[in-house]
Amino acid sequence: MYRKVIFPVDLTHVDDLSKALQTTLDLANHYKAEICFVGVTGTAPNAVTHTPQEYERKLRAFADEQGKAHGLKCSATACISPDPSIDTDKTLLAAIDDLGGDLVVMQTHAPNALDYIWAGHGDTIAAHSGASVFLVR
Amino acid sequence: MSQHDDDDQQTTSSEAIPEPEGASDIIDTDYEIGQDNITPSIGPFGLDIHNPVFLVSGLVVMAFVIITLAFQNQVGPIFTDLRGFLTSSFDWFFLMAGNLFVLVCLGILVSPLGKVRIGGVDATPDYSYGGWFAMLFAAGMGIGLMFFGVLEPVYYFGTPWGDQPLMRDIGIVDGVLADPAAVEAARLTAMAATIYHWGLHPWAIYAVVALSLALFAYNKGLPLTIRSMFYPIFGERIWGWPGHVIDILAVFATLFGLATSLGLGAQQASAGIGFVFGIEGINDTVTASVVLIVIITGMALISVMRGLDGGVKVLSEINMGLAVLLLAFVLLAGPTLTLVTQFFGNLGAYFSEIGALSNPIGREDDGYRQGWTAFYWAWWISWSPFVGMFIARVSRGRTVREFITCVLLIPTLVSAVWMTVFGGTAIDQLINTVTESAVYGYVIAAYVPELSLFGMLSQLPLAAISSTLAIILVIVFFVTSSDSGSLVIDTITAGGKIDAPVSQRVFWVIFEGLVAAALLIGGGLAALQAASVSTGLPFAIVLVLACYALVKGLLSEPRG
Repeated sequence: MYRKVIFPVDLTHVDDLSKALQTTLDLANHYKAEICFVGVTGTAPNAVTHTPQEYERKLRAFADEQGKAHGLKCSATACISPDPSIDTDKTLLAAIDDLGGDLVVMQTHAPNALDYIWAGHGDTIAAHSGASVFLVR
Repeated sequence: MSQHDDDDQQTTSSEAIPEPEGASDIIDTDYEIGQDNITPSIGPFGLDIHNPVFLVSGLVVMAFVIITLAFQNQVGPIFTDLRGFLTSSFDWFFLMAGNLFVLVCLGILVSPLGKVRIGGVDATPDYSYGGWFAMLFAAGMGIGLMFFGVLEPVYYFGTPWGDQPLMRDIGIVDGVLADPAAVEAARLTAMAATIYHWGLHPWAIYAVVALSLALFAYNKGLPLTIRSMFYPIFGERIWGWPGHVIDILAVFATLFGLATSLGLGAQQASAGIGFVFGIEGINDTVTASVVLIVIITGMALISVMRGLDGGVKVLSEINMGLAVLLLAFVLLAGPTLTLVTQFFGNLGAYFSEIGALSNPIGREDDGYRQGWTAFYWAWWISWSPFVGMFIARVSRGRTVREFITCVLLIPTLVSAVWMTVFGGTAIDQLINTVTESAVYGYVIAAYVPELSLFGMLSQLPLAAISSTLAIILVIVFFVTSSDSGSLVIDTITAGGKIDAPVSQRVFWVIFEGLVAAALLIGGGLAALQAASVSTGLPFAIVLVLACYALVKGLLSEPRG
């Protein structure tokens, strides 16, 4: 039913993604789908990488590691944004489109009052993406 | 330092300076970006802020506002005297530092170091030339050109206060025009002296800071915050209190620079509105100015929430479009042929006088050198953390040569064109109608600087339209400084992170507007602006050291 599962990754918080990652792996396994790990990084250095190129290498290594460990076809796409605080959703939506993903699995926070003013990344992707979206609390 | 050799760049350069390998030369430090950050929550708002930079900056700013409001009469003279003392006692240092920055930039431009690419050899530019230039110009200088474009040339041409540049003869004495040769000489000196303040020197100050920050963040992998450019000098200590102090000082200078300019600018804009639309006594109360601050802050808020691409860049481009429109209007409605002819003469005068104007010793023109030049240099330097960091943020992917061309040479030419058109038109009105001209009334007979631009426009056709456009432009220029400044403060107080929660940048925009409004209502704008400009001296000292760090940092970069 699904051919390509998109899994947005924040490399600075990989440890917090275990539940969503497991869900992605299980779904990909079930549907024999490819997983594409998509990361959005700023142009400036951050806690895990010094340059966007280094970010891309780390994301690729992460994807390879998951692919080998679970016997799945995995790829990685790093998107670079000069203002990731604002542009992450827009960048992710464009990447989902470009990559032809038909299912997106995303980690998201528990709902709170702020969601009425500012939607979280998961909410925005679910509201605007043509792909099916699975939000993991 | 470790070589970052993921790329197959070769060291085949035949240049005199040996070229290192790799995409860029990452600095090997144990410091992890964000390691000193704390992530408290205020209600539903999650924060990601540097401890102690965020808290100390916020508290210092609030303390200064409260003290200034409470003890205006005592605090005002202290800050104003401090600024006066610094610009009159250390004028030689400011002038020498300014000259050094120009020479360092020009030296880098013509050397093989110009081939270094910001972000590493394989980086590509984030913005087109148009968008990039619009953003850096709008953040760096725009509003000043509106305020001083008419004022400064006319002032130097006919100042009755004895503070003319180089103590040359002025073109108008007691309302009587000098002979044509003397008028032309005074005009050229006035234009050269004005372009000097808006040309190579200020842009070199910005370029040194911007290039250093861009180099140490994008090529060396250090956090995008002011302290990083001093890593070669302070080493690992930069992550401790020496670095905290530099960042806090930068936040202080930026926030107060922006807030006080916003407050004073709102007063000037409302005076302009009163003049253009014939509203008497608009500035008798602060209502109109506070409304303008709310409008500007609201627009800046929308801009930062739409982000660099969707907000700041778009607004900067609109801003440039409006500025070009106003410039074209004045050029066409003013003495077009005279201005076109004068442009090259003005530029020639600038280059032939730059040695005398920038000479730091043995001069007698204290009024000009200390009251104008040293003040400007302190002002540019106090703004340099903000403008430099913003320029750095949007300059990734450019080569150093492109960078210096677009941050130093082209802005200098644009400033020269602007001053030629606005100042040239005003001086032409002064020569033709002498004491009858509006600019004579606002600059020489009485000193009402905020109306000088509107005075000049009032003597051209379609004055109501052009003056309205000028007011809109003043407002938009404030918004483009306010939004980019808030992004800079947000990044510094987040320890160099550019992906901090959006609520933080919202906080800084609103905080800046509130500080401006509080000082406008309670008084103390000029005093705290003086305090902000006073940070120019400590920054000037560290910027001289930064030149060494910059060249050293560039030398270890590959030149792909």
